[in-house]
Amino acid sequence: MHPAYSVIFFTTATGAGYGLLACLGIFAFLGFIEAGFWFRLVSLGIAVALISAGLLSSTAHLGRPERAWRAFSQWKSSWLSREGVAAVATFIPTAAFGLGWVLLGLDGGWTAAAGLLSAIGAAVTVSTTGMIYASLKPIAQWSSRYTLPAYLIFAVMTGCVLFNALLSSFGQPFLWVQTTSLLLTGCGWAWKRATWRHNDGQVTGTTLNSATGLMGGEVRSIEWPHTEENYVLKEMGFIVARKHAAKLRLIAQALTFAMPFLLLALSVLLREVGWLAALFAMAATILQLAGMLVERWLFFAEARHTVALYYGR
Amino acid sequence: MTCLPASTEKKLGLVIDLDTCVGCQACVTSCKEWNTGGEMAPLTDVDPYGGDVDGVWFNRVHSYEHQTESGSSTVHFPRSCLHCEKPACVTVCPTGASYKRSSDGIVLIDESKCIGCKLCSWACPYGAREFDTSVGVMKKCTLCIDRIYNENIAEEDRVPACVAACPTSARHFGDLGDPDSAISQLVDRRSGVELMPELGYKPTNRYLPPRERTSNFGSAAPALQPLQAEGGFLGWVDRMLSRQ
Repeated sequence: MHPAYSVIFFTTATGAGYGLLACLGIFAFLGFIEAGFWFRLVSLGIAVALISAGLLSSTAHLGRPERAWRAFSQWKSSWLSREGVAAVATFIPTAAFGLGWVLLGLDGGWTAAAGLLSAIGAAVTVSTTGMIYASLKPIAQWSSRYTLPAYLIFAVMTGCVLFNALLSSFGQPFLWVQTTSLLLTGCGWAWKRATWRHNDGQVTGTTLNSATGLMGGEVRSIEWPHTEENYVLKEMGFIVARKHAAKLRLIAQALTFAMPFLLLALSVLLREVGWLAALFAMAATILQLAGMLVERWLFFAEARHTVALYYGR
Repeated sequence: MTCLPASTEKKLGLVIDLDTCVGCQACVTSCKEWNTGGEMAPLTDVDPYGGDVDGVWFNRVHSYEHQTESGSSTVHFPRSCLHCEKPACVTVCPTGASYKRSSDGIVLIDESKCIGCKLCSWACPYGAREFDTSVGVMKKCTLCIDRIYNENIAEEDRVPACVAACPTSARHFGDLGDPDSAISQLVDRRSGVELMPELGYKPTNRYLPPRERTSNFGSAAPALQPLQAEGGFLGWVDRMLSRQ
């Protein structure tokens, strides 16, 4: 599948944004963090900025962005429509949470409830994003049981690592958040490796035989219907990255999981030296988000659409 | 709404005979010719005379070599929208632009509602939908709704342009929901197949597989036999000159 940069940025940014929003909402609900005004403003501001920038960029790949409002109408059947509805609906508790938690400096009561609702909205929205991909049967690598959990795990992982960096930067490192970030980074790594193992060993029942109805024997493409790449090949027959897939997987793992894991572990060990721990936590966030972009790129580039079979690809 | 009708009154569709298709591309060009002025017009071509030709087509003919135990054969394979009973291209549409008609089962796009998100083309396993970059919306085969119900043209012409154009009658049009229709009978007689039935899209169109070869005709001509040595003077010359 062709990796559209706007979609890669969109899923990475909203993933981290909703992950951070969920962390803030849950911690505010539980009353775990003693946070000042600036921490509240900056952290919720970053979450909302990531979500908004991601959602806006998702309209960049549309052919007719001015009609994007129509996408809220078909929530009964379409996961993409549900994603739009969930994303907009989540802004309501998030706005209430921002008003109470940031502007009025409240804790508990309706602010806590708004925080919890924001976290639920974030989880629902990320799930709808995952389901857009998980429901596409022509792409075996996506329509597997690994896709939806991957979107949820990566969202909460990047969100929690970002939350940890913010806490450390404001001189309030919180051991629970540090260890959870480490744990989630490990979980994400394991999940990604399991997904790759599953995809690499996957044998689908769909072949050029079933695609053409020519049963038995071997079917080979000897001539395409056209001499140049058409829309179908450009969009669904993307093969550029495949020859570099092994290297890109290593890069993705190093950036997304291995290096952030190491940096987060160091920041836990060096908790006494606040500025250094904060520096490591921030570096972990930046590397992880860069790695997620590579991971998302591979998610598209390694996905094989059944229509490529018709072209012998 | 992009929810699918529980059932449709008719199941209009195509039956394509892979035994008689000769890969002449007449259906491809007549489809383009009709539809670039029809319901989904225009079918834009980008850089049509340059080195990077691209454009929207609803019908594409592939050529394959099918090798089996009984030999190998060339099969021409027209690929277009199959007007599925369970078209995920419709249900994934976020705007309601894509729909399946409950009257005849034809899958269509309302261009005025399409936002060009391309998700429908990802959801189609058959590559039936093509994006028109010039107007930013998705386009697809309409089964020539502007021909099949068109009372301004002669009755015998009220078939899709691809069917009308086929010189070998490899393309058939009709109601596949009616078991007594000529087209359904043809599918029964020739054991017509669905494409990728394992994905569960329940395509309406059927493909008729190439007929079994008869055993008294081999796929290759018999090997050449050496000619009988000629007698007489010329034969003697031939034998003399053939000596090593």
